[in-house]
Amino acid sequence: MSPSSSASAAAHGPAPRHHIVTAKVENKAGVLARVASLFSRRGFNIFSLAVAPTDDGRFSRITIVVDVESAPLEQIMKQLDKLVNVVSITELAPEEAVEREMLLATVGAGVSAAERGDLRALVDEFGGTVVDDGGDRVTVMLAGTPSRIDDFEDLVRPFGITELQRTGLVALPKLSAGTALHSITGPGVTGHSITGHSVTGTTQGEAG
Amino acid sequence: MRLTGAQALIKSLEMEHVEVIFGLPGGAILPVYDPILDSSIRHVLVRHEQGAGHMAEGYAHVTGRPGVAMVTSGPGATNIVTPLADAMMDSIPIVVITGQVATTAIGTDAFQECPITGVTMDITKHNWLVTDAQDLPRVVAEAFHVATTGRPGPVLVDVPKDVSNAMMDWYWPASLDELDLPGYNPRTEGDPAQIRRAAELILEAHRPVIYAGGGILKARATKVLRELAERTGIPVVTTLMARGAFPDRHPLCLGMPGMHGNYTAVTALQRADLLIALGSRFDDRVTGKISAFAPDAKVIHVDIDAAELGKVRRPDVAVAGDCRVVIEEMVRALESLGLGAAGGPGGPSATGAVGAKGTPAAARPDLAPWIAQLRAWQEEFPLAYDQEEGGALKPQFVVEALRDATPDDTIVVAGVGQHQMWASQYWKFDHPNTWVNSGGAGTMGFAVPAAVGAKVGRPDKMVWAIDGDGCFQMTAQELVTASAERIPIKVAILNNAYLGMVRQWQELFYEERYSEVYLSPDLPDYVKWAEAMGCVGLKVESAEEVAPAIEKANGIDDRPVVIDFRTDAFEKVYPMVPAGASNDDIIVGPSGGEGGR
Repeated sequence: MSPSSSASAAAHGPAPRHHIVTAKVENKAGVLARVASLFSRRGFNIFSLAVAPTDDGRFSRITIVVDVESAPLEQIMKQLDKLVNVVSITELAPEEAVEREMLLATVGAGVSAAERGDLRALVDEFGGTVVDDGGDRVTVMLAGTPSRIDDFEDLVRPFGITELQRTGLVALPKLSAGTALHSITGPGVTGHSITGHSVTGTTQGEAG
Repeated sequence: MRLTGAQALIKSLEMEHVEVIFGLPGGAILPVYDPILDSSIRHVLVRHEQGAGHMAEGYAHVTGRPGVAMVTSGPGATNIVTPLADAMMDSIPIVVITGQVATTAIGTDAFQECPITGVTMDITKHNWLVTDAQDLPRVVAEAFHVATTGRPGPVLVDVPKDVSNAMMDWYWPASLDELDLPGYNPRTEGDPAQIRRAAELILEAHRPVIYAGGGILKARATKVLRELAERTGIPVVTTLMARGAFPDRHPLCLGMPGMHGNYTAVTALQRADLLIALGSRFDDRVTGKISAFAPDAKVIHVDIDAAELGKVRRPDVAVAGDCRVVIEEMVRALESLGLGAAGGPGGPSATGAVGAKGTPAAARPDLAPWIAQLRAWQEEFPLAYDQEEGGALKPQFVVEALRDATPDDTIVVAGVGQHQMWASQYWKFDHPNTWVNSGGAGTMGFAVPAAVGAKVGRPDKMVWAIDGDGCFQMTAQELVTASAERIPIKVAILNNAYLGMVRQWQELFYEERYSEVYLSPDLPDYVKWAEAMGCVGLKVESAEEVAPAIEKANGIDDRPVVIDFRTDAFEKVYPMVPAGASNDDIIVGPSGGEGGR
């Protein structure tokens, strides 16, 4: 069973300040640069980003994991929504999303035959596959929750990693979770101050 | 019908009812300049591409229609970056067409190549690189649609030379459905529940103020704003971008708030228990130290741009929608809560707009004490300066003399700095779209080209640029354009021989250590310079000469006029809220002895 992503995230993966933003955008040249620019102009680093066309080739879905406080993120979300090429945008709370990531790793250089057997057993146990076999090294693939990928990466490290590539997170709303949090399709306002000054009125519930 | 891309581009502009293009040709845009010769569209040949951009802005400011500028690739395109950034900050609809090197040469560091869509990505509402001539009519239609709807703003269409030269089959999008903008759906209608909540707050307030911003002018909401103010008896402040959105001579008008706003407007916001922010954006020049701004006020915030709601100050009621549509609905909501007709044309009596018995309006607090307080502040802290007889010419005196000697619908255009603040403070704006300035970006050199664009857009009106000597030197060459094209603007240079606003800050905050702010009153010789550019040049050195010079200038309508007013270099703009200070710490005027130097 895969561990709950939110429970183990603190150990390896995204810190609590990380947010998952998913946007449906037009599949056109320059759109990714427009999206990325709204983060970079504020000096915010994008932790991971995945983009590919949806089932409808006119559109792509971008999943961004970003390290930002909630208040500036809300402003960025509204600015993203204003981009002409962005069709819709949603922030996914971890407990309301299914999240998956993929890892490719070349491992096993210089290990004994017995250890190579242990490596294959580990790959099997995690449900991964060996996608390339170079004799003394193998390239393994694993898809799963980010925390499971983290665990696998830790366990495979003793076998000697020579190359590693993770895709970054992709995510969709959980079907059981109902509507996703903080979806921006209309002009609703939750009203956090971007500068963090005194806020009048009641405060929105904090997501934690 | 088979057309070249260039022909299709010009024909598309004709389809958008463009009457004038401000521009300057060059290599990559050459093909597009050929069909201009056969077009009904007027072309105004500028002397610098920045001028083309500001002219398009000035045209848009006064007409409400998008201004169009056309320039070539590379440096032509980068020279129009400043106007794009300026228009972005002030939500001015302009459409900029740039030439680009051929698609086959893009990315090769070709001659006059610049990736202008990348450069302007963050300072346009949207931009397009056209790679297929067949797309041109659709993209032009999209560009005008995006520039003029929702929150208006600048757009840029980059057209490679081979696309201009390619053949295409002419068409014109019959409707918005034929545009390819699936992610662009600006909403104009506000949420009825929020509007009703806003109306309730209005009827509960003891010290309400309408904080009107530039969005009122963009939404053509001046009439409904006046109706709202008169029927509720609520006073109105008009921000720098909203001067003229509510008549200055109206009894409910408090004038401009902000860093150089008048005491009453600034303090009304500070003491209010309700701010009704309409098309305004809580700019730092209005709020001062944000944590100390209007500390007791609830906030109703109406803006067509949802990203403005909660950006700076958290609203109690937020309405995303077009100001005109939302204010109309707000008035209806107030009626449904029992608000009757206004008691009079404004003033204290209007606050007695009595509600029907048993309605929320009937229980409404009396605004009379609040209005009385505002009147008391107005009497105690008026704008003030001292024009001594035989003393140095005060810039405020010049602005007042100009105001009093010109028609009240004169279009006033300013650059950026002290002269801009004095113009905004001392002019009486009683008509919408008669005040043109660079608010958010603070672009020095805006005035002369923007005035040219304004005069092209409204040739029936008198257009006066009130400029500083520093600003004038940045873009004065567009007076050559004005002379050549017979665009008779008038320019009043408030020549204090300094970069005056910077000088003021150095005097007040840098212990009078004046660093690189002196310009000299005589270098250049403004009269000779004006004459060299085909204008009439006049010089005024004393208060007595002011009125005759203005009268002479007003009588000249066949060429531009420049008046070099030699004004007091020591005069400072007051009131002033120091940067980062609370609006409570407003400095009303110079302390004793300081001002007379």
